[in-house]
Amino acid sequence: MTSTQEDLVSSTPGLDGYLSRRLFARPEIGATAAAVVILIFFLLAAPAFRSGDSFLTVLYQSSTIGIVAIGVGLLMIGGEFDLSAGVIVTTAGLANSMFCWWFGIDLWVGALLSLALCLLIGFVNGYLVMRTGIPSFLITLGTFFVLQGANLGITKAVTGSVTSPDISQMDGYGRLGNVFSSSFEIGGVTVWGTVIWWLAFAALAVWVLQRTRTGNWVFAVGGGQDSARAVGVPVVRTKIGLFMTVSFLGWFVGMHTLYRFNTLQAGNGVGNEFLYIIAAVVGGTLLTGGYGNVIGVAIGAFIFGMTSLGIVYAGWDPNWFKAFLGVMLLLAVLVNLYVKSLADSSRRGLL
Amino acid sequence: MLRTGIALLATVGLVASLAACSEGGRVKEPEREAGTAGDNSGYTIAMVTHETPGDSFWDIVRAGAEQAAQNAGIELKYSNDPDAGKQATLIQNAVDSKVDGIATTLVTPEALAGPVKSAADAGIPIVGLNAGIEDYQRLGADMYFGSDETRAGEAAGERLASEGAQHPLCVIHQAGSVSLEARCAGVAKGVPATENLQVNGADDAAVTATLQAKLAQDPSIDYIVSLGAPIAADAIKAKDASGSSAKLVTFDLNQEAAQAIQDGEIEFSIDQQPYMQGFMAITSLYLAVKNGNDLGGGEAVLTGPSFVDSENIEQILPFVQNGTR
Repeated sequence: MTSTQEDLVSSTPGLDGYLSRRLFARPEIGATAAAVVILIFFLLAAPAFRSGDSFLTVLYQSSTIGIVAIGVGLLMIGGEFDLSAGVIVTTAGLANSMFCWWFGIDLWVGALLSLALCLLIGFVNGYLVMRTGIPSFLITLGTFFVLQGANLGITKAVTGSVTSPDISQMDGYGRLGNVFSSSFEIGGVTVWGTVIWWLAFAALAVWVLQRTRTGNWVFAVGGGQDSARAVGVPVVRTKIGLFMTVSFLGWFVGMHTLYRFNTLQAGNGVGNEFLYIIAAVVGGTLLTGGYGNVIGVAIGAFIFGMTSLGIVYAGWDPNWFKAFLGVMLLLAVLVNLYVKSLADSSRRGLL
Repeated sequence: MLRTGIALLATVGLVASLAACSEGGRVKEPEREAGTAGDNSGYTIAMVTHETPGDSFWDIVRAGAEQAAQNAGIELKYSNDPDAGKQATLIQNAVDSKVDGIATTLVTPEALAGPVKSAADAGIPIVGLNAGIEDYQRLGADMYFGSDETRAGEAAGERLASEGAQHPLCVIHQAGSVSLEARCAGVAKGVPATENLQVNGADDAAVTATLQAKLAQDPSIDYIVSLGAPIAADAIKAKDASGSSAKLVTFDLNQEAAQAIQDGEIEFSIDQQPYMQGFMAITSLYLAVKNGNDLGGGEAVLTGPSFVDSENIEQILPFVQNGTR
């Protein structure tokens, strides 16, 4: 045993090799390379892409996907899935708007109630997964359908139609709008508040994941639940917390959508859960858990925003967008696989 | 964690009880007296549509059908499925339960041909609505109420051309929809330089961002043609954000779109009058069973295109707010 280690250590290349291997061991390296390539590609191909305004529109698009993707990415590092993350965004907005509209009360109350509801849904997701041992894929698929049906059924029962009522005349609309859907001008370009929130949430998540004990727990429960439990990691609490993080971030984007668009279609949000997962996977998160980081997920969302709008900026037929997205996802997974094999070998070599 | 939860709920409850009443909420309607029905026919009529749950358009179709059913004392059985195979099963269910009449959309004629024929064989009168104007007679349906999407698109295109449109953008919010493609093709007949744009209709933020990108990419776009009322609201946001001076027209109506027409943010809407499609489908079945009538002699009865613009919005707005137009 000792001799093999010595052999490996002695075969480790010099400092240059060490640095490049450390670099390749980072989960976001594949996504970063892809982002740079895609950025340069669209800068060359699409003249309309080369402006501050366009760049910020791309960032806005990325942020509406990226905020929830942070939660989904953390959850996937923790070894679980959440398929209800797309519709919970709509649930959050609908709960706020219809509760306040029906009872005629201040929107702040509805926003807080909606937050409580979303956290409860996240808690139930996590609790059921931990309690029953059924894969989170199935549990949250169930929640996904329940929420999708409840969104439609309750909206129809409350308003008689499948769109939520216009809330722009209600108390608290202005201030909540400032919190969730404000924008400001810098140097002649419009910056949406969600972009700032996205970066802030990402920074916070990076810090928690890399620098705190909670972050270690997340990696531990994703890497191996039983061994994590054996070394004293509070597995149940960590995982339920991750599900609640996803639903909190879903709530946040739901609030943004509501206060930007005033009314919501009850059927919206379906399909976005896969975009969050794509952002996380493109960003280097492993589907099996235990590996990934938040910077990668943020870059994954940025790649999504760039490609979805870059095709439009280039004036190409957007019918092809999904096909392009699929190819990109496959490439990202291949790169990640390759990088992971490099990382594994380097990790072994550095023991 | 339980204690934290209770504390949270208590706080929320406290805030709720302290909160003042807000403007702009629900207007409480006075309880309506149950109206005396015009007839008490006791017929059972099935209505089957390809409604994707959550599309506000079908609320209006259904409101019309329910009103007609109430007027004639009919028991209305509504069912829907966007999947062609499942819609076919729903029609077959209606045939098997021996209803007095069937109203169905015929958006995927070939998939529905079997059950529609078995209804005709069983002597159940069947009416097509909303989609299937080309095929309803061949399939064996007796009447048809709806609009001709190509014709509606052409009407929009002609009007755009007469207003001097050079380069309209036709926004398709559902991939692969035949009727939406037909509308855009119709618009392109009026203004050949019409360009189509595909957006993800299930995500308002994505629709807005995509439109914003398109308006930045091509400043020569002078008209945006939205194919659904909720998309028009997103288009207004995108126009504001990108500072584009393009004008906006839309297909179909909802409260926000009607309000935007009144405010001058939308030039006009091409309305196919969904309420009438539902209402007439049920009423004509009632008359067919009760009195052997066929409206229009079996020819298609068009419910659109009906233009809604600044000229007539004052008159129409109350009906839209009522959820019937």
